[in-house]
Amino acid sequence: MNGLVKFMHKIKPTFSEGGKLSFLHSTFEAFESFLYVPGTVTAKGTHVKDAVDLKRVMIIVVLALVPSLLFGIWNTGYQHNEAFGLGWGFWQMVWYGFLRILPLYLVSYIVGLGIEFISAQLRGHQVNEGYLVTGMLIPLIVPVDVPLWMLAIAVAFAVIIGKEIFGGTGMNIWNPALLCRAFLFFSYPSKMSGDTIWTGGLTKYLADGSAYACGNGVVDGFSGATPLVHAGQGIQGLESAGISFMDLFIGNIGGAVGETSVIAILLGAILLIWTGVASWKIMLSSVIGALAIGFLANALGTTPYLQLPAWYHLVLGGFAFGTVFMATDPVTSAQTETGKWIYGFLVGALTVTVRLFNPGYMEGMMLAILLMNTFAPLIDHYVVEASLKRKAKKVKIA
Amino acid sequence: MSNIIELKRGLNIPISGTAAQKAKKVVIPDVVAVKPTDFRGLIPKLLVREGDTVLAGSPVFADKLSPEILFTSPVSGTVTEIVRGEKRKLLEIRIKADKDQKYEDFGTEKTASLDGDQIKERLLKSGLWPALVQRPYGIVAKPSDKPKDIFISAFSTAPLAANPEFALRDDLNDIQTGINALCKLTKGRVHVSFNRENYSGTPFHKLENIVPHIFGGKHPAGNVGVQISHVSPIVKGDVVWTVSLMMTAAIGKLFNTGKYDVSRMVAVTGPKAVDPSYVKGIAGMSMKDIAEYYDNSNDDIRFISGDVLTGTNIGKDGFLGFFDNQVTLIKEGTECEILGWAKPFRTGQFSASKAYFSWLTPKKEYDMDTNTHGEPRAFVLSSVYSKVLPMDIFPVYLLKACLANDIDKMEKFGIYEVIEEDLALCEFVCPSKIGIQSILSDGINLMLKEMA
Repeated sequence: MNGLVKFMHKIKPTFSEGGKLSFLHSTFEAFESFLYVPGTVTAKGTHVKDAVDLKRVMIIVVLALVPSLLFGIWNTGYQHNEAFGLGWGFWQMVWYGFLRILPLYLVSYIVGLGIEFISAQLRGHQVNEGYLVTGMLIPLIVPVDVPLWMLAIAVAFAVIIGKEIFGGTGMNIWNPALLCRAFLFFSYPSKMSGDTIWTGGLTKYLADGSAYACGNGVVDGFSGATPLVHAGQGIQGLESAGISFMDLFIGNIGGAVGETSVIAILLGAILLIWTGVASWKIMLSSVIGALAIGFLANALGTTPYLQLPAWYHLVLGGFAFGTVFMATDPVTSAQTETGKWIYGFLVGALTVTVRLFNPGYMEGMMLAILLMNTFAPLIDHYVVEASLKRKAKKVKIA
Repeated sequence: MSNIIELKRGLNIPISGTAAQKAKKVVIPDVVAVKPTDFRGLIPKLLVREGDTVLAGSPVFADKLSPEILFTSPVSGTVTEIVRGEKRKLLEIRIKADKDQKYEDFGTEKTASLDGDQIKERLLKSGLWPALVQRPYGIVAKPSDKPKDIFISAFSTAPLAANPEFALRDDLNDIQTGINALCKLTKGRVHVSFNRENYSGTPFHKLENIVPHIFGGKHPAGNVGVQISHVSPIVKGDVVWTVSLMMTAAIGKLFNTGKYDVSRMVAVTGPKAVDPSYVKGIAGMSMKDIAEYYDNSNDDIRFISGDVLTGTNIGKDGFLGFFDNQVTLIKEGTECEILGWAKPFRTGQFSASKAYFSWLTPKKEYDMDTNTHGEPRAFVLSSVYSKVLPMDIFPVYLLKACLANDIDKMEKFGIYEVIEEDLALCEFVCPSKIGIQSILSDGINLMLKEMA
């Protein structure tokens, strides 16, 4: 391993100013700092520094996403198996899911990191590690059957418009991963909505009559609709589709790759909250907001959907995933502590509102978070103003 | 005693090398330096030439803008060298000390019989006026001001800081005289803050003529700026002064003995210090005078005058700062650590966050070095800063206002209340490795320029 450091030091001059490959210095530095913590010492200010850096923070978020990813891999195989009635065993399902999800990751990281490296290079900046998380998130929030070229365009849009034009990680106002999904859904609505894209292999089957790895047709009575669609008919709708609260909680249901299992998401949430990387205040208040609107709808409700018990909204669709991993993005969420409560509450409340009152679009989470990302600075502004006013009053009295 | 103000937010940095409470030796200074760079924003006017002889207390340079503020020599001897930096900036005046120390005599008079103007005149003439630091901005106090109050912190929570009960154990009487003198310079009172841990046991609780306050909590509870913000926050137009306890003792000595005496007990600390303990030293003493405390044969030690958060890197040939009674010796962390950020365990590293496992060993002390442990990035995690800042301000907003050179916003977000030392912990914990103290310095310098 020391040889590696020596080798990197040896080739460093080539990439430094004046060297032959100096135009690649951002790329070199990115690899260098990825391989080892550089021997940079403090120059001004504090002489010692905490061991934590952004790479560590990001790797923790990536770790927190691993349970959802693993579950998503299995569930992709499981859904395929159910749809085509293949009678597969556990490892066959995992292998199928792995083969389907690997390309999503390849596209996400190659396109995303490629753009990051190029833009860092063009501006002479250092490559930021923020995309490690974004690239991990994107495949988890898209349908498994998304065409790869669409995903590539969406990733490029998210990274360029969502992040780089603002100046990179830390400067963006919208969560780039969600922007990617929003781009997909609004640019390719015919491909991105409906009942047929959520089950791996189904799109291909419908297009040319054969699905990957099997020649069977779909089983009788298969609809492919996600639980959210069934929930549109209220609790009876879910029951007649054979989906219980426990199914929604465990996650062996249709949906985007990584968003279905609340258990796996909760494991990630525990890690994020324990390490303090994501704010528990946002998560909690988002749950409170969703329940508040849910109960309100229960109280006033006349249609079956409005009467769907409020707590179902917590396990349906992308709510749990969005609350834990997307709404809590420290850059795009509210920054003040009071602001976090307001922001989280509104995310939860808006999600359920969109679900209940917008028949055209079932999943409210994406739009709710993007909208609240937009308003987060405004919330912070009023929180800060109120705090300053309170302080001024205190000083006057004293 | 008054109520205890308990500060919940803060962080004690567990660095190894606390000074044992023993005085190892008396430094007989050879060459000492007087450094204009110890004072923020000062434009010095040199008053001596190489070869001049000075007494302890003879002026060496003055403030160009208020020439009545004199900066004097801590020893009697001969000016040997005037060190200048870029653009001929005056850095150091080096003075070779005589064997027998001779002092200027500023007269011994009871402070009770002197009025404010007479006290001011003696402080200005003796070179002790610069011990008075003005808030806002942390600059040398203006002689024309009469501050709202004067604040003294009787304890320090900074990493490895000298223990005042030990370092100032013989100076209680002088501190009282100093406080009596300071009382005549303010419209208000002299406020002294004690540590909750030992406020009834410390000899300083016998001090009179003061408004006592008691603070509990981790660093920066001992920072005078934090204490002020809880006692009476500084708003626009306010001027308060702060004095360190050690400097109060020096002021007391001036009135009790008539001498400019900035000798002090200096704590030699840090992971690289051999047998860390105290020496009897003097402001401006050379690092060569404490050579037995370190082995710098690899040339890998950083010499810090002050503590690891706010001190100055003075180098191996450096000199102790005017305000400092602590030297910290740490290793330069120039080694690369393979995949360091990805290792699950890094037991030799401390992190205040739970991203590593140092929370499992709360009592452990770490041999910290100067490695930055990462590269600078934009602000990403905005909630880490307020956890170590027990003040009612928004640090990220203030820093962004400083970066944007926006004076109105800087004012709004509390630039008057803070100096670098108050935000030093924010810089320590920052995962984006942002130079927070230096951003704040630039902000304060801009305020000084624009508000002058």
